[in-house]
Amino acid sequence: MSSGWLTLLYKELLRFWKVAFQTILAPVITALLYLLIFSHTLEGRVSVYDGRVGYTAFLIPGLVMMSVLQNAFANSSSSLIQSKITGNLIFILLPPLSPLEIFGAYVLAAMGRGLVVGGGVFLVTLWFAPPGFLAGFPHPFWTLAFACLGSAILGTLGLIAGIWAEKFDQLAAFQNFVILPLTFLSGVFYSIHSLPPFWQGLSRFNPFFYMIDGFRYGFFGLSDVPPATSLLVVGGSALGLSLVTLLLLQRGYKLRQ
Amino acid sequence: MTVAVSVRQLRKAFGPVRALDGIDLDVREGEFFGLLGPNGAGKTTLISILAGLTRADAGAVSVMGYDVVADYRQARRSLGVVPQELVFDPFFTVRETLRFQAGYFGLRKTDAWIDEILAKLGLTDKAHANMRSLSGGMKRRVLVGQALVHKPQVIVLDEPTAGVDVGLRQSLWAFVRELNQSGHTIILTTHYLEEAEELCGRIAMLKEGRVVALEEKQTLLHGYEGVTIRITAPAAPAAFAGKLVRREGDVLFFNLANYAELEQLLAAYRTGGIRFTDLALQEADLEDVFLRIMGRAS
Ligand SMILES: Nc1ncnc2c1ncn2[C@@H]1O[C@H](COP(=O)(O)OP(=O)(O)OP(=O)(O)O)[C@@H](O)[C@H]1O
Ligand SMILES: [Mg+2]
Repeated sequence: MSSGWLTLLYKELLRFWKVAFQTILAPVITALLYLLIFSHTLEGRVSVYDGRVGYTAFLIPGLVMMSVLQNAFANSSSSLIQSKITGNLIFILLPPLSPLEIFGAYVLAAMGRGLVVGGGVFLVTLWFAPPGFLAGFPHPFWTLAFACLGSAILGTLGLIAGIWAEKFDQLAAFQNFVILPLTFLSGVFYSIHSLPPFWQGLSRFNPFFYMIDGFRYGFFGLSDVPPATSLLVVGGSALGLSLVTLLLLQRGYKLRQ
Repeated sequence: MTVAVSVRQLRKAFGPVRALDGIDLDVREGEFFGLLGPNGAGKTTLISILAGLTRADAGAVSVMGYDVVADYRQARRSLGVVPQELVFDPFFTVRETLRFQAGYFGLRKTDAWIDEILAKLGLTDKAHANMRSLSGGMKRRVLVGQALVHKPQVIVLDEPTAGVDVGLRQSLWAFVRELNQSGHTIILTTHYLEEAEELCGRIAMLKEGRVVALEEKQTLLHGYEGVTIRITAPAAPAAFAGKLVRREGDVLFFNLANYAELEQLLAAYRTGGIRFTDLALQEADLEDVFLRIMGRAS
């Protein structure tokens, strides 16, 4: 392995950092709006974990993780599709970068953006958190592990979407019909125990559900499924998707015709 | 003879289009090699396969002895490509663009060489300008710079002078010549045939995915026997319509086998009652050869 991929990682990080207004500030504000609207209308009306956690406190980790996931996806997918459409992807196809190096650089940069935005959302929403919100925080390492794995998965999905899409609207379709439903139906805004059995069952097929549930476990020590199960599902998904992506890159699918 | 680029039985189809239909050629180390051909002949496709941007359907290609698929790392280290399309990354400045490109090849501390490239390409005062703010010709120069940052032994230029002004064209060629003289192998495609005639040692002509000529430039020019006549007249005599190779308004160009045919041509004008106002003999240039070869190959 040469150090070429570190330059690619640095370039990818710089790329979103240079437009931090859109790539960091805007999603933080979006998450804040969600928090204000949902916590204001639902606090005291929705019971989560049998009333052991207030709704706003429950919502905050959900919104943080949702931001981590969406921004990780946005970073790798938009970078790749822009490079493909403007043609400057050749600058990374010409050098001797291996599929693993390209994969690593794009996914780590996506994780970087996801975690920075997630961190931003966390700091801003803390302001609105109920007193004693952080007094607990029993398992921060679980939280961190799920944030890292979740952003890696979404960064990888973004890479797959970017490789597959040939136009911006195809990418938007991927985002609207795959990523958005999976995030919204993952329990960001509710605990799946409040869903009818059918939807509860269906949620268990959604890997995003495990990411958010495991992430939240770190905050409250409470979760819908045991965190080790979530870790297994999320870790397995990350591994599977990574292998698929590496195979696509190896084959040159849609990138090296 | 060391071979810088070797192409064997190379095939590539895009759906029904056979972009490359069995190409064989060798470019020797240190050569200034011309790759000519009309639009769609397959030049860019060949270069893309050389650079690993496109996968071949069949055949083998190597750069400095490294197979472009099996030993892609070494092959790509040995190759610098100036692409035909004017592409750039609008997020970055000229210097960042060059630095990143060097970095992708694992090179650090390249600022001195980058300064030299910038100076040679007349971009020193644009080093901190955003790529987006450059004119087309300047963007093209940055592309040349990007192809050179890793000091490749083989440099491929796919129509580097399209859209570049005369001044830069001259300085670009001086720079490329210098690179060639210091041992770099150069492969050039261009539609400006006088450029190829001036610069290239050996020339391959491609048409519809096949090599239709592959010769030393001198052999190509001298192999062109016969005479080209330029006549200013409203029409060509019917008997000589087949010898008319080019027409620019009233100016007609004929390819004749020898001077005896010239006499017959003039006689045909006289008996046909067609008046001509001007007559000149033309030296054979690459354009004549090109047109003749392309005409014959169809
Ligand atoms: N990605 C592609 N998809 C479909 N067809 C392609 C593709 N790339 C090239 N072709 C076709 O392959 C043939 C060769 O194209 P190529 O770009 O290699 O020609 P060229 O010699 O570089 O022409 P020009 O002088 O115009 O640059 C053309 O018929 C072209 O339409
Ligand atoms: Mg071309």
